[in-house]
Amino acid sequence: MPAMGPVAKQGQGMKFIIAIIKPFKLDEVREALSAIGVAGMTVSEVKGFGRQKGQTEIYRGAEYSTNMLPKVKIEIATSDALAAQVVEVIQQTASTEAIGDGKIFVLDLASATRIRTGEAGDTAL
Amino acid sequence: MIRKILCGAGALGTSLYAATAAFAQEAAATASAAATPAPEATASAAAVATTLIKAPTVEQMAGMVNKGDTAWMLVSSALVLMMSIPALALFYGGLVRTKNMLSVLMQVFMIVSIAALVWVGWGYSMAFTSTNSIAPAFVGGLDKAFLAGVTSGTYAATFSNNVYLPEFVFVVFQMTFACITPALIVGAFAERVKFWPLMLFMVLWLTIAYFPIAHMVWYWAGPDFLPDAPTDYGYLWGKGALDFAGGTVVHINAGIAGLVGCLMVGKRVGFGKEATPPHSLTMTMIGASLLWVGWFGFNAGSNLEANGVTAVAFINTFVATAAAALSWAVVEQIHHKKPSMLGAVTGAVAGLVAITPASGFATPMTSIYLGLLVSPICYFFVSYVKNKLKYDDTLDVFGVHCIGGIVGAIATGVVADPALGGQGYFDYTQFPAGVGAYDMGAQVITQIKAVLLTLVWSGTVSAVLFYVIDKIFGLRPAEDAEREGLDLSEHGERAYNY
Repeated sequence: MPAMGPVAKQGQGMKFIIAIIKPFKLDEVREALSAIGVAGMTVSEVKGFGRQKGQTEIYRGAEYSTNMLPKVKIEIATSDALAAQVVEVIQQTASTEAIGDGKIFVLDLASATRIRTGEAGDTAL
Repeated sequence: MIRKILCGAGALGTSLYAATAAFAQEAAATASAAATPAPEATASAAAVATTLIKAPTVEQMAGMVNKGDTAWMLVSSALVLMMSIPALALFYGGLVRTKNMLSVLMQVFMIVSIAALVWVGWGYSMAFTSTNSIAPAFVGGLDKAFLAGVTSGTYAATFSNNVYLPEFVFVVFQMTFACITPALIVGAFAERVKFWPLMLFMVLWLTIAYFPIAHMVWYWAGPDFLPDAPTDYGYLWGKGALDFAGGTVVHINAGIAGLVGCLMVGKRVGFGKEATPPHSLTMTMIGASLLWVGWFGFNAGSNLEANGVTAVAFINTFVATAAAALSWAVVEQIHHKKPSMLGAVTGAVAGLVAITPASGFATPMTSIYLGLLVSPICYFFVSYVKNKLKYDDTLDVFGVHCIGGIVGAIATGVVADPALGGQGYFDYTQFPAGVGAYDMGAQVITQIKAVLLTLVWSGTVSAVLFYVIDKIFGLRPAEDAEREGLDLSEHGERAYNY
């Protein structure tokens, strides 16, 4: 059973970053993150809303207000040192200065393990 | 908003009325141009008339069969089957949610299968015979049950003296109508009905509603036999009701059964609160397009021959539909600022429904008017009336098929008038058949009577059948099963596995 990662010490822990962005910004964000050394990420297609309103769809007289808008969610596990830079890069690249650009959340990450080798901690990222 | 729609409908109606005067003059001009070669035509017609055989024997009928007619009718039958599967199945299926897709496909597919068996069992006999019947004007007997006496050497009459089809061809063609009519009904209560009770309903509905109405509107002794048996016809046929391909028999019939059904089965769980947008308008468009192509078999094939009138029905089916699709798109542009794909195909189907009873009687130009007219009317019913009265006619069987059928049936009385270029009324009590005098007012009243009789008969039979079947077997699935989706709860499968 792989060992749990080291308890996060100040400056040596890990962060889990969740960013919700507009779908067409994905490629730009990915390239910008590569440039600062982010090795991988998980991308999913999601629906959601904030202050951006959806459209009204009408099917034969039946009206539906869709509050849900298609977005892309990026999840990145990163070391504490890189976290702030990642947030800044995502914010700058994904912004169109319009409502609906999205949000970035940072969570503390308790452990990370590479499945192939069983390595844990920072080296697993 | 509603005022705009009514104004638009009023404008269309006024232009229809005004234009008919113009076209009547055109029609008269064409008629007088055609009158010049008439003396030749009457001479050859007289020559032909002396060789026409009244009440031919089966051996004589064998010599009156044309390979072109037979080939066309077999192709038409295949086209009409295609209208049920896959056209109607996909048209309806795309409009429901993913979790109910298979239930729609299954219901349509199995109704077609079961109806075909019922048709060759007792349907054909009940619809198209009149011997040994308790009430020959309203329904036939069982002399041809299980196709007794029908062989490759027996024949069915057409609308022309001394022109026959192999009887099996007529059986097969009409069978496809008996298959699609009950399948239309399921749209009204889609997503909330149990499979086997529904199949039972269809067998009984065919027997008690469809076969008698088909008999009343379409049964007659044929042009070579009617003069000698001048009351051997169905009740509405005898009244002079005109229904070329099934406005009353198919669309009004199924439409009112659908309305009664959706009211008695009740609304879907979550209706009005939960979003139920169509899961695949792509499928719906495929279905609608196949319906349009197949409908050429439905309408033009109803002429039972391959001739000029068949071509009239064919082109009417083409242009009425085109006009209706455009009309619906324009109405949506005015009402919602955006024309939708669903609206366009719904308009096309409404146009097809409306032209069905009129297809062999109208002219292309009057068909276009009918197409332009029916879309705003059906639009009004599927959006305003349905939302106001809040009944859950899921796929608009009443709003499109019943209302469109009523518009078409009544309009048939107008467009069939020779003064508007229509085919007019044939007096089949004479031999050979001749053109009778046409009274538009009286004809429209006859059409209305046929519509009312169909509404009452089918509505009542449907109500009784739904009630009884619900009491004995239950029509609706449990709420959990309905929420889970009929595909899983009734059929144990998923339409999409990804």
